[in-house]
Amino acid sequence: MSELKETPLFGQHQRDGAKMVDFGGWHMPVSYAGIKEEHRAVREEAGLFDVSHMGEAIVEGKDAEALLQRVMTNDISKLAPEKAQYNLMCTETGGTVDDLLVYQLAENRYFLVLNAANTDKDVAWIQRHIQSDEDVEVNDVSSSYALIALQGPKAEAILNDLTSFDVREIKFFRFKENVDLAGVPALVSRTGYTGEDGFEIYCPAEEAEALWEALLSYGEPLGLQRAGLGARDTLRFEARLPLYGQEITANISPLEAGLGFAVKVKKETPFTGQKALAVEKEAGPARRLVGIEMLDRGIPRYGYDVYDSEGNHVGTVTSGTQSPTLEKNLGLALVDTSVAEKGTSLYVQVRKRRLEAVVTETPFYKRS
Amino acid sequence: MNVPEGLKYSEEHEWVKEEGDKLRIGITDFAQSELGDIVFVELPEAGDEIEADEPFGSVESVKTVSELYAPVNGKVVEVNEDLEDNPEYVNESPYEKAWMIVVEPSNKDELNELMSAAAYKEMTDDE
Repeated sequence: MSELKETPLFGQHQRDGAKMVDFGGWHMPVSYAGIKEEHRAVREEAGLFDVSHMGEAIVEGKDAEALLQRVMTNDISKLAPEKAQYNLMCTETGGTVDDLLVYQLAENRYFLVLNAANTDKDVAWIQRHIQSDEDVEVNDVSSSYALIALQGPKAEAILNDLTSFDVREIKFFRFKENVDLAGVPALVSRTGYTGEDGFEIYCPAEEAEALWEALLSYGEPLGLQRAGLGARDTLRFEARLPLYGQEITANISPLEAGLGFAVKVKKETPFTGQKALAVEKEAGPARRLVGIEMLDRGIPRYGYDVYDSEGNHVGTVTSGTQSPTLEKNLGLALVDTSVAEKGTSLYVQVRKRRLEAVVTETPFYKRS
Repeated sequence: MNVPEGLKYSEEHEWVKEEGDKLRIGITDFAQSELGDIVFVELPEAGDEIEADEPFGSVESVKTVSELYAPVNGKVVEVNEDLEDNPEYVNESPYEKAWMIVVEPSNKDELNELMSAAAYKEMTDDE
């Protein structure tokens, strides 16, 4: 077995008795008190996640914007310093290379946040798009940063206790650099992967422990709990946020996955995948990602086959679980557009049985 | 980790309790703790045959599905229907409230192939 990578907070997780798993080559905490309890804490109070396995890259130089415009599906020109944007990178045929956040730090200086398992591939992919006469550099800076997510309705109050800066000034999909959090300089971004209000906090790797401890000591009296990748997955699932490798892959386009809001096919600068995506948008995607709710007893899981009422194979489940918030057995499934309408009966193959489900509204959970 | 004396244990983390001619079967405290919050239990029906080392049902946590492997050959004579609505019993009371099936074994000598509490404890200490 190859050595698993460890985040700067590995020692904390061991000390706190986290259940650890191998996640894409990283030794990560999957849960502490139990997935359901951590999930509840994030919905009702707040949760603290170590997601330092995520990759970071800096793109800078006078052609940085031009380069990103050619690789990203969203319109990078809409960014400004202290703004963040959800993006996808696609192949020529419209399959998804990765989804990511792009932060504009300054003019022609950007900070990219990439899925852990895709970081090397993504950096190489972006570098391959640099033209010979361009002045731009793409550097993987993942090992310099820790990423701590503070998520939940109490997140703002907790974070405000740690700093003289008023974090209420940071609006959704905005960020602030060099915020002093209990003595640790951090990039504070009002983003997340749970469907709740909250922050993603980037700090120097060597200061992660101090920040983690400070957040816990200020937050625990307000109900803050450590939360692992298990709860992160059920939370993002209820909010219908895609997971690379499941809802989006090299063989699934962002339009099929319902991420068209981040795909600007009419962008003036041509970008990789634009032609294929424009054609797909015009015709309408052949498959769609839908929510399903089980009517028979059973839980849909990744990879299970989906059939229509006549027994034709019409798709597969991309994610599924028993929703901790709604206490229903729910799934996301990529299915033929002909069966994607809300209310359509579908059948999921669960081991030896085909169980009835119905296409339902997503996101399953929306914060009020 | 709770490993009661007097029960037999399988490598797949089932416990077996001898009750006269019959065997009561469930999963161990170690297994429930590894799985986390159990949200669904799928069991056979009374009258079904089970085959040693083959799946006879499954338990699902929030995160994953795990198959239940039969520790012996035999016929199911009773099923714990309470687990349908109360899968959390598996976490709360793996040896009592969360028994899963009662089986009439085809050959009771198969019990000798299972582990004692001490042997099972040793095995899980290594994991």
